Amino acid sequence: MRGGSISSRPSDPIKPLFLRGPSPTLRVILAVVCALGLIIADHRFDHLERVRSLLSVLAYPLHLAVNVPAALVRATRDRLTDAAQLRAMTTALGRENLLLKARLQQFESLEAENMRLRDLLGSSFNIGERVLIAEILAVDLTPSRQQVMVNKGASSGVFVGQPVLDANAVMGQVIRTNPFSSVVLLITDSDHSLPVEVNRNGLRAIAAGSGVGQGLELLFIPKNADVREGDLLVTSGMGERFPRGYPVARVTTVRQDPDNPFTTVLAEPTARLDRSREVLLVWTLDPQMQQKALTGAESSEDATP
Amino acid sequence: MTDAAPRGGWLIFVSLLVALFLTVLPMPAATDAFRPQWVVLVALYWCLTVPERFGVFAAFAAGLAVDLVTGSLFGQHALGLSLIAYAAVELHQRIRLFPLWQQALFVWVLLLVERLLNLWVLAATGQPLPFLIYWVPTLLGLLLWPWLFVILNDLGRRAGLV
Repeated sequence: MRGGSISSRPSDPIKPLFLRGPSPTLRVILAVVCALGLIIADHRFDHLERVRSLLSVLAYPLHLAVNVPAALVRATRDRLTDAAQLRAMTTALGRENLLLKARLQQFESLEAENMRLRDLLGSSFNIGERVLIAEILAVDLTPSRQQVMVNKGASSGVFVGQPVLDANAVMGQVIRTNPFSSVVLLITDSDHSLPVEVNRNGLRAIAAGSGVGQGLELLFIPKNADVREGDLLVTSGMGERFPRGYPVARVTTVRQDPDNPFTTVLAEPTARLDRSREVLLVWTLDPQMQQKALTGAESSEDATP
Repeated sequence: MTDAAPRGGWLIFVSLLVALFLTVLPMPAATDAFRPQWVVLVALYWCLTVPERFGVFAAFAAGLAVDLVTGSLFGQHALGLSLIAYAAVELHQRIRLFPLWQQALFVWVLLLVERLLNLWVLAATGQPLPFLIYWVPTLLGLLLWPWLFVILNDLGRRAGLV
């Protein structure tokens, strides 16, 4: 493209037969060296993260524009819902709300009791997290990876490593923040694993994403371990990244392979990874603040889990 | 014809922008794997028709834009794009004389090379490798090329570029 500026002098009306400027061979060598350098720099070192997050501001309008058709379809569908459907939905939601409220009454008293008991034992415990609701942008990133983009970024205080939940369970964690958006790695990605425990008996394990489809695999479970189909796996909080006690997955298969020294345990995430549109970004309050909240005020309205 | 400031540069930019848009446009999960390599196709067209305006460096920049937008490693798409742009620029005088279907076959080979280089980067950096369906979009590119060629040719003529 630089060659064009030389050849397109006003006195030269016909297209040049030969390209001017540095020869294409020289250019391609330069480009390949640059590309390889960038790949190595991006893969091995973190220096490019800052550049990427700056440049992603340029890509943000494109990501928003891509989101428009999906949003339009959704808006039209919302507009076309008829009254009967809306009435049915309101009834269902009202019923669910009643149910949840009833459960919450119990939950609050149980939480208070739990806190008292833990206080007696002198152990610290997460009492609360701050959450922020973010919306998943309808952007298709690299298809072989399980990643999604959400519409809250560093400007909202999102940080790398932050846990992401949906209404049911843990979804994943933030791996890259841009000023106005961030990228979330889902727990089913083959590069992701998280510490969990079996809710029934507290057996600790590591749940790794299988990358293929929507599954998790528990690693290094001994042959005699007590894991059954249908067991609920919850976060154990051991990695100090995910808050403790959030549901992750339900065990679907427990298999003993003769050639494998460990039990093969497969699980299916409880979060609706491919369907939820809104996600929760969680900030865990640090222990000092928790202690203050514990001793300072009896109730902790602002720190709702 | 050719002024001091070359005309129609905006068309190259807009066509690449549209290609980037189509690259990240959400599609149903079933058809997602069949997404054609839009940016590669558009970049190849400009390399073959106006190599003095759109060459190796421009293809490199387009590849970086793809990397930025899709969140892949910086340089991953830029590497393949600049190499096939080189092949296209070097051979453009011969290729332009071919009938459209032979041109499409040539483009198909370049599309395969781009995918292969991409796969090589994925493997070299230890990222999860795609399945065999990964190669299907090149065939779609082969089918799309004549249409894309006609459309861009027409637009380019109107913009005074070709």
